[in-house]
Amino acid sequence: MSLLITMFPQVLMDGIVLGFMYALIALGYTMVYGVLQLINFAHSEIFVLGAFVGVEILLSLKAAGYLSAIPPFVLLFALVAAGMAASGLLAVLVERVAYRPLRGAPRLVPLISAIGASFFLQDAIRLFESLWRNAFYLTYPSVELFDRRIRLGAAIDISLKSLVVIVSALLMLISLQLFVNRTKVGKAIRAVAEDQMTASLMGIDVNRIISVTFLIGGAMGGAAGVLFGIQYSLINPYTGFIPGLKAFTAAVLGGIGNIPGAMVGGIVLGLLEAFSASYLSLLTGGAFGAEYKDILAFSLLIVILIFRPRGLLGEIVAEKT
Amino acid sequence: MRCMWLPRFLALVATLVMSLSVLASQAAAQKGVIKIATQSPLSGEQSALGEGLKNGAQLAIEKLKGDLEKLGFRVELVPFDDQAKPDVGVANAKRIVADPDILLVIGHLNSGVALPASEIYKDQGPNLAMISPANTNPLITDRNYPNVNRVCGRDDVQGEVGARFAKEELKVKSAYILHDKTLYGQGVAEFFRDMAKSFGINVVGFEGTEEKANFDPIITPMKAMKPDLVYFGGIYSQAAVLFKQAREKGMDKALFLGPDGMDSSELVRIAGKAAVGMYYTTVVGPPTIYPEAKDFIKAYKARFGKDPEPFAAQSYDSAAVGLKAIELAIKEAGGKKPTRAQVSSAIRKIKNFKGITGTINFDGKGDPVKAKYFIIQVISDDPAKWGENKVVKTLEIAAPR
Amino acid sequence: MIKETERDPDQGKLKRPAFLLPLLQGAGTVALISLSIFLVKAFPQSLLAFLLFQSSLLVIYYARFTFALKVGLASVVLGLLMPYLGTINGYYLEVATQIGIFVALALGLNIVVGLAGLLDLGYVAFYAVGAYLWAIFGSRQAGEIFSFATFPLAPGWFFVFLLLGLMIAALTGILLGLPVLRLRGDYLAIVTLGFGEVIRVLANNLDKPINITNGPKGITPIQRPPLFFQPVLEGLGIDAPPSVLYPLYFYFLVIMIVVLVILVNQRLKQSHIGRAWEAIREDEMAAVAMGVPLVRMKLFAFASGASFAGIMGVVFSAKQFFINPESFTFMESIGVLAMVILGGMGSIPGAILGATVVTVLNLQILKSLSLWLNALRNSGLTLNLPFIGAYSLSQLPVQLEPAKYERMVFGIILILMMIFRPQGILPAERQRRAGGGK
Repeated sequence: MSLLITMFPQVLMDGIVLGFMYALIALGYTMVYGVLQLINFAHSEIFVLGAFVGVEILLSLKAAGYLSAIPPFVLLFALVAAGMAASGLLAVLVERVAYRPLRGAPRLVPLISAIGASFFLQDAIRLFESLWRNAFYLTYPSVELFDRRIRLGAAIDISLKSLVVIVSALLMLISLQLFVNRTKVGKAIRAVAEDQMTASLMGIDVNRIISVTFLIGGAMGGAAGVLFGIQYSLINPYTGFIPGLKAFTAAVLGGIGNIPGAMVGGIVLGLLEAFSASYLSLLTGGAFGAEYKDILAFSLLIVILIFRPRGLLGEIVAEKT
Repeated sequence: MRCMWLPRFLALVATLVMSLSVLASQAAAQKGVIKIATQSPLSGEQSALGEGLKNGAQLAIEKLKGDLEKLGFRVELVPFDDQAKPDVGVANAKRIVADPDILLVIGHLNSGVALPASEIYKDQGPNLAMISPANTNPLITDRNYPNVNRVCGRDDVQGEVGARFAKEELKVKSAYILHDKTLYGQGVAEFFRDMAKSFGINVVGFEGTEEKANFDPIITPMKAMKPDLVYFGGIYSQAAVLFKQAREKGMDKALFLGPDGMDSSELVRIAGKAAVGMYYTTVVGPPTIYPEAKDFIKAYKARFGKDPEPFAAQSYDSAAVGLKAIELAIKEAGGKKPTRAQVSSAIRKIKNFKGITGTINFDGKGDPVKAKYFIIQVISDDPAKWGENKVVKTLEIAAPR
Repeated sequence: MIKETERDPDQGKLKRPAFLLPLLQGAGTVALISLSIFLVKAFPQSLLAFLLFQSSLLVIYYARFTFALKVGLASVVLGLLMPYLGTINGYYLEVATQIGIFVALALGLNIVVGLAGLLDLGYVAFYAVGAYLWAIFGSRQAGEIFSFATFPLAPGWFFVFLLLGLMIAALTGILLGLPVLRLRGDYLAIVTLGFGEVIRVLANNLDKPINITNGPKGITPIQRPPLFFQPVLEGLGIDAPPSVLYPLYFYFLVIMIVVLVILVNQRLKQSHIGRAWEAIREDEMAAVAMGVPLVRMKLFAFASGASFAGIMGVVFSAKQFFINPESFTFMESIGVLAMVILGGMGSIPGAILGATVVTVLNLQILKSLSLWLNALRNSGLTLNLPFIGAYSLSQLPVQLEPAKYERMVFGIILILMMIFRPQGILPAERQRRAGGGK
């Protein structure tokens, strides 16, 4: 019994870190969905591209011997920026090639081209890496400072990189929220999300705004990719699938199309996963193991959606046709 | 509109049929072609291992096909991607049995694919020989099929070897067992658990997980229980991340042990210092003792530019022993191309084949008669020094009846 | 296989004598079929010969024959010629059987997604329910749960379980539908996705505390249906071993179920239920206002879609001999969804064609392409390229193994198909009249 209690703060911490990771990825889904009502299946690959750009930079720096010469936080900033740029541009490209030609088509059609784009990108990344490094798995070289652990009391400690994840995620969420609500472009995004036709009549270049949305959502995904790599270290071209699925669930849980919702959904999902994976086996004497975490997560999703059909923070608005 | 489209389409199809048939006829050799198929996942999450399996067989064929060429046959490798899915594996199997030139299948990686596919090889081949480099599940050979063989050990034996070692040499009192929820990983882990319990080791936890990146929620309770040993039944790609995160989270003392899925230099590339000092059980002889294994690693690296994955050496041996059997079958058939059944029975007749994973003899079920098991300790976090890992113990164990 | 008599509106534009065209087409079709049979016989390994044979069905569908003639021709092609080709190359029969299985799945999902407009991302769960149902009772696995009877059940029970699989899958559909059908659009999608994962995770983990599914180890051997017709065959002097009979048996079983599914689908679509579904799809609010019982209709769509998957699941587990959770991943659901949308949502011929195209692409065309490229490389063909000069294909880097990149090509094909035919290959009739979708 005492074990269950002493574990508690550490599990809480684990859950929060995981939750912020999901929240960052969920932003990409939620922004695109808000504007186009499209589940962007290729977002998990956009996320993975960020992770790969990060590891490529780190590995090249390491090979050149500069890795220890650069101050860790400058390095972090540069990595995240590079990941954001690459993923943002890829998202825009995917939109241009696979979604824009289908703007007028029935709603589910872009879903299939999104799946096609996802398949293509996974294996394109694999092809590139197998020719370039002849590798399938890539590992983030460890930066010593980030591996340090900070003790927060007797039974709980957190590594610096986990802290980095939380802080960067918070910063990005806040700036994104400000951007969408306070700037002119943000206003245009909201207008397009509300009603494309009317927005275009008001002189908004809808195509450009959609591109901007993809750019931002993709950039968030890229940042998440780099942070994912730093936090969990091992990536492969198919890494994005599971976190993508979870992040999408988080976005729906919080209320899809809603930016603070993505964060709330992410954290709820992260905590739930951490607690069920850590405690289930202990509580049931090994009868039900950590793998039931997904079952619990999805059951909770169903329960929440029954009582709040538009997610935790979703607003009740008229159904769009 | 349609009337214009149809004839054009038909014309196109007709020309393509013709062109393909031209290509097919040009491929004939003096006495014919003998094809060897591999089936393994070449795309998706498990493709790293699947590709290693294909590469191992490819290397053996490229190196050893000379003997068959002297007899007047051309030898070709046909790689198939089973996507680690049973239905795709079965469809591929039907395709393989439909090509009369294919006399041998090397595969699969996943026992879940091998089981239904081998039914096809046996029934519709008929008796098309399959040699498996990686399917450690007992059920593969317990069906007593005349065409199904494997060069690797069985889960039950490997679990036992690990548990015995943990008890006798490492003298651990408690163990936490994890596995990857696959047929292979869970199988080994369960046998390890049962044997460990019977040896009096306290099993404080037994947990399966499909997780690949974030092991925090698993490590936290594990750390709280302070086991002497952590056993991971699965593949290095998951184990390395787990071990790394466990050490990072402050599990400094626990020993790590795993099955042959750990046998890859990638393990230390990923886990770094966290992997140093860990143990794994395997049937592949370490290159420090076995010159054949050393040559294999060298040749593999020269051909494919990287270190072999787990099961690549077993795959090399599967193809090598298969080629030898085909040669035998050709001689028995009087220099003509043998039937599939002849190749299958020739495989069982092979005696004392010197492979890189030891001396291979198959018993009546298709298991290796005796397999040598090594327990190896990782000595360095430098991937280049993987070949210098220390052999802690060697055991020779016969396959259970 | 294809039973619709609808005519294309632009047919009237053709300026030819009315009686001549069917005659010509009839002669052409027969010629095409005989040619393809001849080609398959001559080149049993040639993919294109078999594709030609498959395309003859499309030609029958498009030709201007009477309905009865179309059905007759299609049954000759599927009932006689296809099994005959199967004796030449057993692989073709496997492809045809898998196509049949996926056609039934696509038709089931077509009701849910195409007709009722409910996006279901976890459809394969119902397939898994059917498959595990027979796998558990048709093997020794059930003995782990129940001690009062001996398992496996006799092979004859297979037919009872076909019905049971259908009913239990439908029941599962209703159980899932009851709480979640209040949700709209993509909220429903994510719940069904979650449900699909839950079923897979359950199958993967229910080996303890009670061993129900045997976890990742899967269940084997699974009973096959009885060869009740063997005495008749022996009486006719045909002595065929089970290894020859079973592929044919499963082929015909699947074809029969597919025909049944098509008939049910067709009747449903044209009944008031089908119209209610389409009303819900187009505008839920308006449908309710017109008196459509929303929840009951949605539940019915879920249940009937699920039941087709359930019955095919039973066949699948008997055919595979072995099942484990790896056959029921999220990607399978996505694959079936791709078939429905690719073919044209809400269209029965569309779903059939979509399932055929995706399966043939995956199992045959992409595989053949990579094998062909592999053969090219093995042959050491030397190309004379500009700038580079003579380049032998055998020098290509080993990483460029064609078999590794089949899925990448599949991805490109999906995108291109959607861009060039956003309404699907064979869009539903009603949408076509309205001028191609919303």
